Formats: sequence, C-alpha cells, structure tokens
Amino acid sequence: MYYSELMKHTGRNVYMVSGGVTKFAKATPEMDFRLRVKKAFDYAMDDVHLTLNDIDGSVASYFADHFQRQLMSGIMVQDYLGLTPKPSKRVEGGGATGGLAFQTGYEEIASGRMDTCAVYGFETMSHVNTWKGNEFIALASDTNFDYPVGGFYTGYYAMMAVRHMHEFGTTVEQLAKVSVKNHKNAIHNPYAQSPMNLTVNDVRNSPMVAYPLTRLDVCTMSDGAAVSILASEEKAFEITDRPVLIKSIGTGTDTMRLSDRPMGKVPLLPNEKESDYSGLKYPGVHSFRAGRTAAKEAYDGAGITDPIEELDLIELHDAYTSSEIQTYEDLGLCKYGEGGKFIEEGKSELKGKIPVNPSGGLLASGHPVGATGIMQSVFMFWQLQRTVKKHFKDDYLQLNNPKRGLIHSHAGTGTYVTATIMEAVK
Amino acid sequence: MTINPNAKMEETQSGTEVYSIDPLIVKSHYEIDYIHSYAQDSEFFRALGKKKIMGSKCKKCGYTYATPRSHCMMCGAETEWYQLPNTGKVHTFTTCYFGSEEFLKETPFNLIMVEFENVDSLFMARLIGADLDDLYVGMPVTAKFRRNQKFSPTDVYFVPVAQPEKKKRR
Ligand SMILES: [Zn+2]
Repeated sequence: MYYSELMKHTGRNVYMVSGGVTKFAKATPEMDFRLRVKKAFDYAMDDVHLTLNDIDGSVASYFADHFQRQLMSGIMVQDYLGLTPKPSKRVEGGGATGGLAFQTGYEEIASGRMDTCAVYGFETMSHVNTWKGNEFIALASDTNFDYPVGGFYTGYYAMMAVRHMHEFGTTVEQLAKVSVKNHKNAIHNPYAQSPMNLTVNDVRNSPMVAYPLTRLDVCTMSDGAAVSILASEEKAFEITDRPVLIKSIGTGTDTMRLSDRPMGKVPLLPNEKESDYSGLKYPGVHSFRAGRTAAKEAYDGAGITDPIEELDLIELHDAYTSSEIQTYEDLGLCKYGEGGKFIEEGKSELKGKIPVNPSGGLLASGHPVGATGIMQSVFMFWQLQRTVKKHFKDDYLQLNNPKRGLIHSHAGTGTYVTATIMEAVK
Repeated sequence: MTINPNAKMEETQSGTEVYSIDPLIVKSHYEIDYIHSYAQDSEFFRALGKKKIMGSKCKKCGYTYATPRSHCMMCGAETEWYQLPNTGKVHTFTTCYFGSEEFLKETPFNLIMVEFENVDSLFMARLIGADLDDLYVGMPVTAKFRRNQKFSPTDVYFVPVAQPEKKKRR
C-alpha cells in the first residue's frame, strides 16, 4: 500500500542553479502576479547571467483560481516572462503546490526532456478579505461532508493538535515554542513577512483562533512569488560553479477527509522498529501518513537511514505550529510522540541539533500558497551554496558548511506531501 | 445602410466602487448559484430527515465508514449503506472563535470528530450544549436532527449524553 521499493529514480542528475523570491507581504497591490514573478525570475536569471534563450521550458505553481478570479494565470506569467512558445504546464495540489511543481521541474530535467527548467510559483491572496480567503481555502475540504460543517482549516488542524496532545501529552507551550523559534529566525530574513521577537506567553495570549491554536500558532495570508531554475548536470556546471544537487524526491498522499484516515500501523523508517509503536493507531488524525510516505521515498532515494544524523537542515511546511511538531515525527527526526519534546529541548533551533525552518518558515516568512514550496527551495539552495550573506545582506542565518537538506511541502489536512533532498556539491 | 460614424455608447448611472487611485483598485463583484448534486452520497442526506445517520460498509472486506463512500478505499469494492448508532464518543474536538466568512457569524462553535463503536472511520460534526471547558476526548455524545431539513451534513449535530465530569485538562 505504501511507496514501493521498486520505484527507482534512474533518470539524469538534476541540479538547482539559481533562485529568486519577492518579499512576502500581506498585500502588494502595486504589482500583479505577473510582475511579482517577473521580479523573482529576473533576480534568479541575473544572478547566474542567463537569458531567455537559456530556458527550455517551465512549470507554473499556483493554488487557487478563486483568489484572482482569473483562470489560466499560469500562461499569463509564461507570456509576461517572454517564455512563449516554450513548453509549460500548471501543477496544483493545495498547500503542496510548490513542492509538487518543484518535483515536476525535476522530472522535466531527469527525463531528459529539458536541460533547463524554470519553476515559478505565486499567489495573490489580498484580493479578498482574510475570512473570505479562509473560505476559499476551506473549499479544499470535501464540500459534501466537511466544508458545510464549519469549513475552516485552522479548525481541522486544531482537532489534529488536540488529538496529538491527547495521544502523546504534547503541550500548548511546546506548540508556542515553534512560533517563537520561527518568528525569531525571520528577524534575519529580509524576505520574511512577519519577523518578531516573541515569548511563549505572547503566543498563548494572542487571540484564540481555534483551541489550542492562537493567532501566532497560524501562518498568515500573503502576496508573493518565488522562482527556481533547474538544470541537467552538464548545463548546471556551465551556468555556475556551485550548483546544488537535487538528490531525491518523495511524494505521499492521504484521504481527502480527515474522518477517513485509517487506524493502522506505522510505515517504519530504517531507524525505527515495530515495538516503538505498539498500540498506536496510525495515522489516525494525529499524524501525517502522506508525510511519512514522502520522507520514506526520499530517504530511500538518497540512501538515508538515520535522518537526524544525515541531514543538516530542514525547511518544512509549518502552516501551524502543531504541524511542525507533527512533521518532526513524520520525517523521523524523532519517534512519533516525541515531537513536543524535540522543540522543548531546542533540537530544531537555529543552533540546535538540526535547524528546522532557519528562514522563519511559513509562520514568519508568509504563505503565498503556490510560491511557498518554491521559496523553501530557494532558501535551501542559498544555505547549501553558502550564499545567504549575499542574498540576505546578513549572514546570521547561514549555517556552518551544511551539506544536505530536506524541503517539505504539505497540502490539505495532509493530503499531498512532498519531501525533496538537496545536496551541496562544493 | 447602417454605417454611423456618430454612434455613441449609451451612458448609464451605475458606477464603480473605487478603493484607491494609485494603484487603481476597484470593487469586482462575483456571485453564483451552483447546481450541486450529492450524487452517490444522496441517501445520506435524505436519511437525516428520518433521524438516521447512514455510513457505509464494504461488501467485500467489511470495512465500515462513519462518513459514507460508495467504494471502499481499502479494497476498491462497492460498499452498501450501513446505519450508524445515534450515540458515539468524541475522538477529538476544538472550539472555533474565528472561521470562514460563511460561518463567521456562528462563532464560537465546537467541531468534533465522532467515533462510533465497531465502526472503522470517523464523522465530523458540530457539538452544541457544551463549552470548550466541558469537552474532552472520550466524551459520550448523542445525535440530534434538525426538524427543518436543509440537506446539509449539519442536519445532524451532537449534544453531550450525560453531565460530563469536569476535566482538569487545562
Ligand atoms: Zn473493502
């Protein structure tokens, strides 16, 4: 039922050669989505001196047609960038749109179809008010059975968090610590929407959105764009002497309805054994089977058997503080149930055992849905290239010689999840 | 001959709401009525009018669903309608103080996932008659049904079964 061992990636090596991101913001009405992508695209192109002739094709990453009331926004970007008549397609999968689109770009290169591919992501969420925006997002839940009951993603995640707390004893203070960490990291990220120096009390005292999640446990709506440029091995080293290898990709899925999640067994990672989870009904509504499935495929592809020892940093989809804690477990950084302790012990802090969301993540960088997964790849790329100082004009967040990182993109209540491993080559 | 170089578009009194001149930001209205078919899920909504919650059961492997689906996710076989008990337990819960625009006026409201004995999957619903402080995992709840059916899953909602013991959770 889970990812089969028979799936092997035998395609060509794929590298990321450049990236660009716009500063995410609540609303930037002076630019539309095309101009926003153009700015991120030109940044990426200029950084490695590419011209339009160097790009073989593209992948467009955006989530909700509702937000712009404009169908086929993807081709409008392709057109605006001057990439017509080259091949392009749109990829969509809720919150994981960016991660899926990035992997589609990888496939375009790995298959040999393209030697260079631009993956551009964007979302303009400021066309509607926050609560209408929440309604649009909630339409990404079953409209027969879930949406009409009170469709609200923070409500769904709140129920998952309550069950995680019940199952494992996770505390609201542990959730708050994720918010404190990510907002603090973002202080040194000039692209971030909400850098803040917070305390656990600030997080707990901010308005309750859906128990136990407060305003500061939840990411914001944003306008933004991000671009990654991928290339084959030969092209990559022509373009830059410091490309970053995309070592492996993994993708998982789960049922649309939270209510349908099975109560079965944990698909084990190499560093786990069945006795770790006796009596645990999995995934239930406390864990993300799609996240585990994605991680397992990506780890197998990269030959990783002990993720916390073999990865140097992670950019993961922290739309909620609770989902960051749940994701530590899905990715096997700690065992299921130990995620709360993991943040409490500071293991995911910037100076911790394995920095998670050194950029500030979605909580503090912002979450313009289609751009988010691409943004993660750009921040990861700069970390592994060791060019954070150049792009941030501040080297506080630059990790010391990171070799290998994982980016993680996540949709719905955990319906599509991607995990991608990236490696420094120098 | 219909050629008329003096033709002029008729002026109307309707205007456009302008929020900003630079950049120029205007109001753009959108409204639509969908013709939504519940299709293979129809029986669930009809049955709520008879005070029955219908789940489904796989004809082949016997997996039972508290939220119906006409084909089984475990084996792909067709399922049959299967009546759920009217009482269950809270599997998890929350209270929403904000919400999507459509439900904002109903806040705060409680959302729960209900587990039914010997049923493999869960059911999402509203719970009334209890505050956040009263809610706990395992709380026994019973279904109630709207008299005036709206053909929405909220035609069934839940209330606490008995006086719940005070939890010292928080
Ligand atoms: Zn079956």
